[in-house]
Parts: sequence; C-alpha cells; structure tokens
Amino acid sequence: MHKKIALFGGVYSNYIALEAVIKDVKNKNVEDIYCLGDLGAFGPHPNKIFPILLKNKIKTIQGNYDNSIGNNLDDCQCGYTDPRDNYFAKLSYDYTYKNTSEKFKAWMKELPSFLKFELGNYKVLLCHGSPRKTNEFLWETTTPTHFLEKLCNDYDADIICATHTGIHWHRELNNDKHFINVGVIGRPENDGNTFVGYTELEINDDKINIQYIPVEYDYKKFAEEMRKEKLPEEFVETIITGWWTTCLEVLPGKERIKGKY
Amino acid sequence: MENKFPKVKLDSLDNLWLQVSGTICNIECKHCFNNSSPVNHSFELMTLQQCKPYIDEAVKVGVKEFYFTGGEPFANKELLQILEYTLQFGPATILTNGMLIKENTAQMLHEISTNSIYTLEFRISLDGYTEEMNDNIRGKGVFKKAMNGIKLLYEHGFLPIITVTKTWEELEEEKVLNGFIETLKENGYERPRIKILPSLKIGQEALRARGYDKYEYVNEEMMKDYDVSQLICSNTRLVSSKGVHVCPILINYPDAKLGDNLESSFKEYELKHQACYTCYIFGAICSNFSSVGRDA
Repeated sequence: MHKKIALFGGVYSNYIALEAVIKDVKNKNVEDIYCLGDLGAFGPHPNKIFPILLKNKIKTIQGNYDNSIGNNLDDCQCGYTDPRDNYFAKLSYDYTYKNTSEKFKAWMKELPSFLKFELGNYKVLLCHGSPRKTNEFLWETTTPTHFLEKLCNDYDADIICATHTGIHWHRELNNDKHFINVGVIGRPENDGNTFVGYTELEINDDKINIQYIPVEYDYKKFAEEMRKEKLPEEFVETIITGWWTTCLEVLPGKERIKGKY
Repeated sequence: MENKFPKVKLDSLDNLWLQVSGTICNIECKHCFNNSSPVNHSFELMTLQQCKPYIDEAVKVGVKEFYFTGGEPFANKELLQILEYTLQFGPATILTNGMLIKENTAQMLHEISTNSIYTLEFRISLDGYTEEMNDNIRGKGVFKKAMNGIKLLYEHGFLPIITVTKTWEELEEEKVLNGFIETLKENGYERPRIKILPSLKIGQEALRARGYDKYEYVNEEMMKDYDVSQLICSNTRLVSSKGVHVCPILINYPDAKLGDNLESSFKEYELKHQACYTCYIFGAICSNFSSVGRDA
C-alpha cells in the first residue's frame, strides 16, 4: 500500500506561490492536494486564487479568513488586541473583502470546516486552527503533547493536520499518532528566507513519512504587484526579506525571538 | 436577586493558574485588585509539593497553559523548581514585577527555558513610562528595579510582555504607548512587547479611583450571542494555598472557591460579581493572548 498526499494552508492571495507549489506537487506522484484554508489576506487580487484551486481540484477547507469573508463579517477573527496589529489586520481585511467576487465569497461560505478520511490504517483529520476551533493557534512551543493526544482521542484521529499559525511543525505522539502543522504558502516563515513550503504525507506499508518541502517562487514579481495595489510596504517587506513585520502579538516568546521584530 | 445572574460552565481546562506566592508581595501597589503586600498572609506561598498534584491532575485532563501569579512569584524560593517541573508538560507564564530578578536568576531561567520545548513567558507590570508616574502608583524605587529585571531577561534570551493597566483616556493612548516603547528601548529592552489591561475596580483600586456603578453586572440578556470563551471561567481554574478558585481575579470572594481539588471545581459558576462585568466587556484579560479567538 502506497499513498501520498500534499497539504498546505495560508494562501493569503499569493497566486504566484500557489502556482509554484502546484507545479512542484505535480512532479511527485501525489494523489490529492489539500488546502487547509485562509485563501485571502495580505496579498493582491484575491480572485486569482479561486480558478487555480478549482482547475487543480484542490480539496479546500474553510479558514477563519474565508469564514469572515464568506459571511460578510467585520474582521478576520484573528482576535488581535494590539492597536498596531489591528490597524494592519483591518487594512488587509478591507482590501480583500472589497476585491473578492460574490461568487468566490459564496463558495468560501460553503467550505467545510474539517475533513476526515483514512489513509492506509491511519485516520486523518484536517482542520484549519484546531479540531475544536477554526481560529485556535497551535504553536510548537505552546502546545503540550498531552493536549494533542487528548485531541486525537476526542476527535478519533491518528493524524491531525492544521495550519493557521504560519509556521510549520510536526510532533510524534504516543502510539504512532501525529500532529502536523502543514505550514503556509502565502508568506515566508519569519526566518529570513523568502521561500514558502508545503507538507507531503506519505504512507508506505503502514510506515508514515512526513516531509516539509520548501518551494521557491517569483517573490519579486509578487512584491511588485503588491506595491501596484498600494498594499502596505510593511507587507511587501515580509515577502522580500522573509521577516514578519505585523500581527506579531500572537507569537509565543520562543517563536518571536527567532524573528527580527 | 441571586437567580438572575448567568451561569458559566467549564468547557475545558485550558489554563491552570497557580497563586504560588499567595498574597505576599515585596511591594504594595495602589491599584492591587487582591490587596497583596509584604504583610498580607491571607494566601500563603505554595511549595513544589503543594503544586505538583494540581499540575499532574491538570495534565491528565489536557491543560494547555500554566500561569504563575501572586503576590510576587519570585518571593517564593521554590519558584524555579516549580517552573522546571511545569515546563516538562507545557508552556508557562509568570506574572511578576521583575524587581527580584538578579543576574543569577536570569541565568537559571535561561537554562530552564532552554531545557524545555515549551515557551517560558514573563509578564511584567509597569504603570508609567517615567519613574515618577510609575512609582506614584507602585512605590518608590520600583521603576529602576523593574527596568533592571526587564533588561536582564532580555539579555538572557527572553522577550518579556510589559503589562500596563489602562489608567489614561482614549485620546492619550498613542502618546502613552509610544512613551513606554521609547523608555523601554532607552533602558536596553530593544524589542518591547506591550499588553494593555483594563483596570479592575475592586480591592485597592476601588478605593483609589472609583468602584463599579450599580448597573455594572452581567445579566442573562447580555449572554445572548456572546462568545463565552472570552470569559476565563469557561476555560480556567486557579489554585491557591486554600484550594481551587474559579479565576485569578476573584480569590478574595468565598463563593469563588469551588473545591479542594481540580475535579471538584469543574462545575458551573454564577457571574454575580462586578469584576465579572469587566471580564465580560474586555474579554480574555488574563491570558497572554486570546489563543482561542472568538467563535468562528
């Protein structure tokens, strides 16, 4: 038995990265591609994402951003309290909302908030933040192992995949259970690199292989388009330098100290 | 009268708070909501042996984060051992005034943090960005010692969260925030993180400013369409030398003590206090960040 799937989250309107990731995946004998949500925000021209997802039959679940845009809510539901974070979050949300077509919004609204299926002998659960809440942040340094084991137990899953935070990680739990944060493809991981990445999950005769695959894309072209749309220079800086500049309040100390700001 | 207050049940124990230094503090702030001071022994220090059973029980039910408070947690000589024990299981946050952190403490904290996969976070309270403003509320000499603690933590690889209780008018917010950022940078903390807290009008603060108005209660009607996860009583318990309480704010109210072990505290709580109103209005005021945001 051999099965391989690809997973990513956080497209953030980065259609150039999305196309680069799909191209990379297609060379790899992958059965299905999954997107764990947050299609808009941050980048320009949100409508460009929709046809690419449909054309490539990418199975998509709803992120908090998609839930907000689809249901005409006032904000992205990230829950910032810092005034500066809120300023940039609002700017980005208002731009994305204004530039998303009604058809795309209606589609987003109907996306499922989780998916469950079997891969070999593993029961896989895909969600955006956590199985219990779309906008729950599961960071590597603030998520206890026993907590993840409880989630596996409560939701009857062997492998839980999530995204939402923007930084990928994986932890092996007791009894060959796994939690995987699959990462995002819309912006780099706050480590000074410009590439983005996705996760490849492979089951081979009940052996599991989890790999994070970095993908280079034309970030300079993307930055140029952001500037043409008059998106804040702070966002462009992240794309060009690989360092996060806004919405930093949610980062735990150990993740934050690795960044520049 | 009693029947009209809404009740909140514990959805899951996400946060365990430990009142490790009781109400014992090295200083005596004018706005302290639980009246901590050098001589207030209403709640005593907790030993590692006292903390362990609660931590173990919380781990069994899937707790996500631990918080340590007081009083001043560093007044407890066993704090470092308690932290070391806790950080095997999950992330920990210490609410401190920073004054008792010396070079060797900072070094040990760095080691404890490095040995864990989890984040060790510090929240340090300041009440003004000048020595005069701060010490007027927190006491003479506090500002300099706190700044020294902040600097030491930063030098040892931490990014302490500076918590500031809101005592200014809305229009002044930007000026005040910039004031804090500049002062912290000048004092060697180049990447300050700041969290603004609402003031709780109980304890010393009720005497200093004003207490609550008569109407400032939570009622049933207000709970309609309200995301209850914003109220920490839906996901938090606090343990002290006296047992388990519903939240860190209400420890001085007898009805807020829910039991002697965690299991016995997993029951509904009636929002009958006026401090519940502040929690209702501002939401998630005790957590570092609302890691679970509003309902999607």
